[in-house]
Amino acid sequence: MSALLGKAGRTAPAAAGATGAGAAGAPGGRLLPWGARRAPGRRRTGWRAFAFVLPAWAYVAAFYVYPLASNVRMGFQDYTVASFFTGSAPYVGLANYRAVWHDPQFTRTVVNTALFTAGSLLLQFAVGLGLAVFFRRSFPLGGVLRSLLLVPWLLPLVVSGTVWRWMFYNDSGVVNQALLHLHLIHQPVPWLVSTHMSLVAVTLVNIWVGIPFNMVILYGGLQAIPEQLYEAAAIDGANAWQRFTRITLPMLRPVSLVVLTLGLIYTVKAFDVIMTVSQGGPANSSQTLTTYAYQLSFQQLTFGRGAAVGNLLILLAVVFAALYLRAVRDQEGRAR
Amino acid sequence: MRRSAVPAFRRSSCHLSNQFDQFEEATLMSRTTLPPLLSRPAAAAGLTACALVLTACGSGATSAGSGSADTLTETDYYTSAPQNTQLPKVLDACGAQAGVKIKHQQVPREQFMPKLLQQAAARSMPDLALIDNPDLQQLASTGGLVSLSKAGLSTTGLYPSIVSAGQYDGQTYGIAPGVNGLALYYNKDLFAAAKLQPPTTWAQLAADAKALTKGAQRGIAFSAIATEEGSFQFEPFFWTAGASLKDLDSPQAVQALALWKDLADSGAASKSVVNWSQADVNAQFLSGNAAMMVNGPWQLPALNAKQDLHFGIVPIPVPSASAKPVTPLGGEVWTVGHSSPAREAKAVAVVTCLLDAQHSAQWSKDAGYIPSNQSAAAQLGSSDPQLAAFVAEIGTAQARTAELGTGYPKVSAALWAAIQASLAGGKSPQSALAEAQKEAGS
Repeated sequence: MSALLGKAGRTAPAAAGATGAGAAGAPGGRLLPWGARRAPGRRRTGWRAFAFVLPAWAYVAAFYVYPLASNVRMGFQDYTVASFFTGSAPYVGLANYRAVWHDPQFTRTVVNTALFTAGSLLLQFAVGLGLAVFFRRSFPLGGVLRSLLLVPWLLPLVVSGTVWRWMFYNDSGVVNQALLHLHLIHQPVPWLVSTHMSLVAVTLVNIWVGIPFNMVILYGGLQAIPEQLYEAAAIDGANAWQRFTRITLPMLRPVSLVVLTLGLIYTVKAFDVIMTVSQGGPANSSQTLTTYAYQLSFQQLTFGRGAAVGNLLILLAVVFAALYLRAVRDQEGRAR
Repeated sequence: MRRSAVPAFRRSSCHLSNQFDQFEEATLMSRTTLPPLLSRPAAAAGLTACALVLTACGSGATSAGSGSADTLTETDYYTSAPQNTQLPKVLDACGAQAGVKIKHQQVPREQFMPKLLQQAAARSMPDLALIDNPDLQQLASTGGLVSLSKAGLSTTGLYPSIVSAGQYDGQTYGIAPGVNGLALYYNKDLFAAAKLQPPTTWAQLAADAKALTKGAQRGIAFSAIATEEGSFQFEPFFWTAGASLKDLDSPQAVQALALWKDLADSGAASKSVVNWSQADVNAQFLSGNAAMMVNGPWQLPALNAKQDLHFGIVPIPVPSASAKPVTPLGGEVWTVGHSSPAREAKAVAVVTCLLDAQHSAQWSKDAGYIPSNQSAAAQLGSSDPQLAAFVAEIGTAQARTAELGTGYPKVSAALWAAIQASLAGGKSPQSALAEAQKEAGS
């Protein structure tokens, strides 16, 4: 189900890309030299534009719309292992949604998803912004350091997640050993072995994964702020904090909106981090909606219920994707 | 039941490329000036992608279809040595005997069932698949597997537990050349230094484990991870106590979980047991961090390769001296997927060869399995002292699907959650198991 979800997050931008290609098709016709000679043939241009859009739409329909629709349908079916082979599954109305709603795990999972998302977003953004402001100054090896910070983003999550799991080990893990030697703690922190700490541990890993993304985009946003603003403010006697709150933050607002909305979509659908670090355990304490959907579908083999949870996630992603598109549109409107 | 060392869920690359795309999108948008030339190559790229997808589909359909019977496809989830290096050898040998080439494919355990189900949906099950025995009934219920009893394969002389694990609706759909189970490994040097004898009862097990815990060294290691492995490791204690999967919160079940909780709470087992797979448990034992471990015979090749490690193997301890250990039956069964009659016949011929006395004995030896043929196993048990404990236990082993059939995966998930809730969540065994029973019944 989470595979579908990954696509759900992408549907909106993909559709945006498709219309972008279509819109470009029409002026493309006008730019061509023979297009000028057949100026009255506007209909031809229309058909040509359609021909350009068609492949994109066919692609979207086959790889995004169809799986999404199948997942929505599966949420209303009693889909078992046998259904995969026979291709038929009885419709059961809202029974899957009811079963998930009454599952004692469900509330905890929703709360976990909210905490995981909010915690990840806030800290990723705060640290990413701090680093972006830091790297705005030029200093020796600044560029190298900035590139090194991208490493978490480039590593496959299965690799970094497994290493994090080892680092969090209770007795021999390097995280606890370091904290003990620095006398910051007196007892090993039960990172992955306590139902109270596991969500914190996976959230920390997810923050680490997300910082480079926030930093790079916010850094790009900072580059677009004219240096004169800061010079003028300095002449007016604004101190560093005032320059940050009165110039940097307001000027970064549009970019921040985009970063936060995209971050929200990634975090709600984050799966591999949790799966490699804690498997949603111990005792489902770090289970979010994505891992819960996986457990229902592929461990308990109740595919209808897994699809129901997947659909809830699709709904969430669609809402946030709409917010994202609106934020981008507002921003474009303001730029014109 | 065995697993690779790396929890290989490989969606991460998708995740990354996804982020890149979105990032490009975002940076483009934030600059708001779209270079006009950029959009045309984009459309062209779309066309190429479509073309690529179409060709991919085309070639996929022909190779998976019921084409010629010269080449058979085979799928398994062995991703680590020695099994992944030994299996191709025995497959090639049997392929040559049956006159076919066998295309070998490994899929990580996590993706194995999803992949097989996709193939079932596309009606292109692999000709040969080596699947975990508790999954057999689920897969057989799809109707995508060939009945091996109808194809004339006999299961005479095999352990009744593995025969029943391979059956669905009175037909045999899967047969195992070798099986496995769990026993207690102990470090001879550490036991000699502490002047202890390997434990036979639960009381001795707990006492020995506590006595052998000092510094970084723990008395015992086992896997209580949130996967099927966690349930598999707990079931020897669960069943030996006399509990049933139909009644997860019986007094016997509570007694078994109380033993594990005592080991973890007292520090005789690391708190990290809830994160450890069986491969991790083996690593702890190999490095001397654990004086005992619960594990299977497939670890023997790795353990024997370590020169300075002296270890012995005894059956799983029992609650009272008179009880017999009841361990879950582990191991994979060969299945044949529906295709064309010619291909099915070849696949059945290959399975017949894989199950014959010579090949199953060779495979069991190389991969660290116990032959599923009772007399072959007895012979091996008397000649190889390392395997004696496993052979003794497999006689009384129970198939995990014996009680619940296709209902097993759901109950197993509830059981491993209960183990974790008790070991890591501070719940009493009684309340953790009561919750699991409620969950399993929903």
